[in-house]
Order: sequence, then structure tokens, then C-alpha cells
Amino acid sequence: MNLLDRRLLFVTGKGGVGKTTVAAALARLASRSDKRVLVCEMDAKGSLAAAFESSPLTFAPRELSPGLFAMSMNTEDSLREYLRLFVRIPLLGRIGPLARTFDFVADAAPGVKEILAVGKLCYEVRERHYDLVVVDAEATGHIVSQITAPRAINDLVQVGLVRDQTNWMLDILEDQRTTGVVVVTTPEEMPVVESIELIERLNTTTKVAVAAVVANRVLPEPFGRGEQEIFERIDSIGRQQVIDALGDAAGAVLDAAELAVSLRRNGATHLATLRSRLPPDMLTIYVPELYSRSAGGRAAELVATALAEELL
Amino acid sequence: MTATPTPSQRSAAAAPPAGHSRSSEAKRRDTSDAGSRNDVGLGGLLAAKEVIVVCGTGGVGKTTTAAALGAMAAARLGGRVLVLTVDPARRLATAMGLTELSNAEVQVPASAFAEAGVTPRGELWAAMLDTKASWDDLIRRHAPDAKVRDTVLSNPLYTNITSRFVHSHDYIAMERLHELHSSGTYDLVIVDTPPSRNALDFLDAPARMADFFGSRLLRWLTVPYRSRLFTAASKPFYNIADRILGSRFLQDIAEFFLLFQTMEKGFVTRAKQVEGLLRDPRTSFVVVTTLETAPLVESRYFIDALAERKLSLGAVIANKVMPASLSDPSAAKASAAMRLRAGELAELLQPTVAATEPALPLATQTRIAGVFGEIADRFDDLSVVAARQSERLHELMAATPTVATVPTLEDDIHSLAGLLQLGGYVWRSL
Repeated sequence: MNLLDRRLLFVTGKGGVGKTTVAAALARLASRSDKRVLVCEMDAKGSLAAAFESSPLTFAPRELSPGLFAMSMNTEDSLREYLRLFVRIPLLGRIGPLARTFDFVADAAPGVKEILAVGKLCYEVRERHYDLVVVDAEATGHIVSQITAPRAINDLVQVGLVRDQTNWMLDILEDQRTTGVVVVTTPEEMPVVESIELIERLNTTTKVAVAAVVANRVLPEPFGRGEQEIFERIDSIGRQQVIDALGDAAGAVLDAAELAVSLRRNGATHLATLRSRLPPDMLTIYVPELYSRSAGGRAAELVATALAEELL
Repeated sequence: MTATPTPSQRSAAAAPPAGHSRSSEAKRRDTSDAGSRNDVGLGGLLAAKEVIVVCGTGGVGKTTTAAALGAMAAARLGGRVLVLTVDPARRLATAMGLTELSNAEVQVPASAFAEAGVTPRGELWAAMLDTKASWDDLIRRHAPDAKVRDTVLSNPLYTNITSRFVHSHDYIAMERLHELHSSGTYDLVIVDTPPSRNALDFLDAPARMADFFGSRLLRWLTVPYRSRLFTAASKPFYNIADRILGSRFLQDIAEFFLLFQTMEKGFVTRAKQVEGLLRDPRTSFVVVTTLETAPLVESRYFIDALAERKLSLGAVIANKVMPASLSDPSAAKASAAMRLRAGELAELLQPTVAATEPALPLATQTRIAGVFGEIADRFDDLSVVAARQSERLHELMAATPTVATVPTLEDDIHSLAGLLQLGGYVWRSL
């Protein structure tokens, strides 16, 4: 099935691989094919706002362009909304002591913050407020505890409202056609290793599906077929002739091409490792390195264009 | 296999890495009295301090840098050096000649140094933070009696908090650091910090821990289970909480906190000591970053936060910096000339390229000219990145006086020699 036909996508990856840019690009792409899309940042660092060149995002979604809404997760706001919607607390004043207690209970009681965040996202999906919810999720180290929080709570709490709540969240999260995790990586050693480990953990310890792997910043082949050998000869036996013709600085130009070759070769090794460890039917999308821009609205737009070529 | 330097680093091995200009050298001297930093480079920093906390956002090479600093300290300064990592790659263990890292410290074997061609002056030790094991140790230490200890250790909530959820990592990392430092076993402990959603979490973790156990709210939460007397104020809260969570779960939580409270005094004292260690003049912080937008924003935030808390910033390490030659205007000219004169160059080079054995019959002048165009393109691609990096490096240097640069390495680090090479770059450029 098409990646963008799912209802809830968690975009994750090791820090620094460009997951926010990919999340923003997926949201742009979906809204362009006439879907009503909500994109949500989980860490309130403001990088998602930067990817849309927008002012800081709030818990209340804001329409950035027609059909494209963005919000920033805030567990306290989520708790307030939850109490209002589900517990029907009549007087706001009544939750005073609860709010004061909230901070440390949430820090100490397992999964409270996680479930308030994931619960809000599932709620938006359940109520069909949007066709697609894209989450700029936690990094690889945290995503499993976040996404399994409803399951953990469900196991701990045997009765009560929370148990009922986690039941419907699990129906959404564990339905492979509804929810998927998009794992973003770069062709570098640590991101690839972490991605492989994450996918294995998701497959063995959760029922949440991995929908796609996005290999970001893939360096292009520096030279076409047959050109690599020519370059190597120019670089070695021809080097002095080039320097004699163009001056000493030409050496730095050759060095740069050499660096491009070895960076590409190194990246290709890591991509080969990634491919060999993924299930053969895993949707794998390659996004080329954009030399010109690495963050912000322009980068998100360029990545969206690259994703469109592979997805649409 | 060791990480090999990029070609231009080979050709300019003695020159400082990218962007580290003489003016920044002068600037550093000018501002040396402004901060609390020690102005004698990495060697001075590692020699003067007993604890180095390495921080930075994910994906910048924080763990590897921590290991590299440890290797340098052991090799050049001597003493007993420990690297405490939080989330190490297996490769890091292998690079240090170890089969695996565990909560217990292990010594890096002499053979690993011998392979790198180095006779270390001191010892290098390594350990990995095991959150669960460290928490269990903590409970054993602070529990007033065996009954409390066993009840807490077997409490399902406790198991969840310590293993499944991430917030507890921050405190336990700092706690373990304190334990290792105060044991008196090591001259220098270098700790790599947990990947946090907020880089400051671990700085504030000890204070939060102390607050938590000392808080009136915690007492208040557990009151009904101590006295069975519901106060008028707390009744609505419990009614709501009962409806949401179910009373059994609430009772579990309360029991758990109640038991934890019996350990309050030990925990609070300890958390204050841990916090004191972070403020101790013998402790310094090293911020690792790359010259990409997001890590830089985080690093700047972090640098400011350290200053706000009056904590000592030892150095900022900019990792994965493109070679300086990419920003060289004469190289840019050479690249333009190469593209413009590709035909002429091809004519000149064709005999050498095509005729050298084994002959390359496909190397026509047209193809060779095409390759020259490609070479110039590759230079231009990377020089865009280098130019952006150089701009950001200067901004960073304007904000903080001590920035070391580490070049983009062509290969991943697989050996102690690789770690020492990385450490060497920091050593030379600081």
C-alpha cells in the first residue's frame, strides 16, 4: 500500500539524520495530493517550525498552507484536553491539585507523559479530524518506549478508564494498515546500526509496523561508468601535469574529488549493510544529498520533491 | 583499519584543520580571562580536571570523542583514566580492544596500545552505564532494611521505571559518575552523557531528584495510604484519580512512593553530592557538535545554559569539518579553470591516461574532458558545504573562545589508533 495512505506515521531516526526534514516533506507531499494533514513535533525544539519557516508551533494546530496543519506536543495541554473530553471534569478549578501533582507523577509514574502524547495523536486519528497524522517523533533511543507506552500501561492497569482508553489506542497503533513507523537514516555507520536495531526491536517487541526506511543524504556516484578509472589515472600519474597546467591549487580540486569518491564508497558500504539486514519487501526510499541546503523550508521542499519521485 | 585522513590533510598535515585561523588564536588569548576555562589546550584541560562531561546532541560523534579524549589522556598524560559511556556501539568496544563493555570497569589491554604503536604513560579503563543494574545498586545502598529493598526491587512499577522509561537515565548517569569519582580509583573520569530530548536534563537531574523526595506533594500523595484520613482538599483529586486509573493501580503507585520515601534521606544527601560534583572546579564540560544547523542551535543553547549555571566549559569540539582547502579561493579558481580548459587538459593528458598499461582504449579526449568537468563539479559540491561550515565555525568562535576542529574522516574509527588520531586533532587545534 502507498505509504501516504496510512493514517498515522511516526518518523524517527538517530539524531542528526534529518528526520524532521523528512517528516515535514512527507506532510507537504500528502497535503499536495489533497489530503488533510496534521504534522506534530514531539520535542518542542522548534526544528519542525523551521522546516516550514513558521513561527513557533503550539498545541493548538495551525493551518500553514491549505490542508496542512502543524502542532507541537505538550503533555500538560494534552492532559487538560483529555480531562475535559473523557473525564468531563465540570470545574476547571478542581484540577488545580491535579495539575500541581502532575509534574512529578508524570516524571515518576511510568509512561504517563508518553501515553498523553501518543493518546492525543491516536485521538486525532480516531476522530478522523485529518486524513493523515505525521509525527516528527522521538529519536531511535526513545521511540520504542513512547510507542509501547499504551501497551505497558495496558499491562499494568487491569481495570478502569485508562484500561479502556489504552484498548482503543492499541487498536489504532497495532493495525498495520493504519499506523506505521518511518525510520530515517543516513549512509553512516552509527545511524545504520541503530536503524537496524530499532527495526528488529519494533518487529520483536511490538506489533507496530515499520512502514518504510528512508536513506537520507545519499551521495551520488561521483563519476559515471568507465569514468572512475580515468579519474584515478588523472589523479595519480597525471596529477603533476594538471598542477603544471593549472597551478598548485589544482591539487586541492583533485583532493576534493578523491574525498567525494571515498565518502561515497564508505556510504555505499553502509547502505549495503542496511539492505542486507532489512526484510526484502521493505519499502526503502533514497533521498540524495542536497549540497546546497541542509535545513529549513528549502531543504524540506527539495526532500519532498525527491520523495515524490519515489512515492508517487 | 584506521581512519585515514582526507587527502588534503595528508598534504597539509602540519597545518591546523579547517577554519582555525591565527586570528582565532589571538582572540582566544584576549578572552581568556572572561571565562573560567583553563587556557592551556586539551592537555591542560585533561591534566587539570578530574571529571570531564562530554555533551552534545545525537549523531555528532559524542561517544567516540569521549573515548578519544580518554585514550589521549592515558597515552600522553598518564594516570588511571576511565571512559564511562552511556550507549556505546559495539565498534567502540572493539576499537579499544575489548570484546564488550559492561557496568563493571575493564582495562583496555596493552596490546591495543601496542597495535597503535603507542606506549601509554597511564592506564585506560572503560565501562558502560547499565541503568537497571545501577538503580538496583542504589536501592540496595539506601534501603533501610531487607524487606523494603526486596519489595521495591520486585515492584512492577519500579521495574518499569528503571528499564522501560527514559527519564531515569539522566539521574543514574550522574549518580554513577559520582560513585566512580568518589571511589578514588581514577585520576580522570570522562563521561559521555545520555541522549536526551533536552540536553539540560542531566544537569538538572540531581536537583530534580532531591526536590522529588523532599517535596510536600509526594507526602501529600501518599497521605491517605499512611493515615487513611482523606482530607477535604485531597478528596476530589482521589475521586478523579480513581476514575482514571482505577484504585488498585493508584494504590500500587502510592505503595511504591511510600517505600521510596523511607529512602528519602539517603537519596537527597546523595543527589546533593552529585550536584556538587558537577559544580566542582575539578569538573569541566566539553560540548561536541557538528557544523550543521540543528546541532549548532542545540550547542549554543547548551553553552549558554552552562554559563547561566556557572558551570565550567572546557572546550567546544566541532566534528566532521570539511578540509580547509575547499574554502581556498585559489582552489576555486583552479576548479573554474579546469572546467573551462577541460578540452585542452584532455588533449594534454590523453596519452598518459590512455596509453599507460593496461591501456584504456575508452579514454578518448572527449571522455577525459568530461571527467575534468566532473572533478570540478565534485569540488564545487563540497566547497558549498565547506563554505557554509566555515561561516558557522566563525559564528561559533565569536560566541565561545575555545573551539577545536576535527576533520571529516574518510573511514569510521575501528581501532585505538583511530581514536588517538581523532584525539590528536583536538589536541593540536585547541
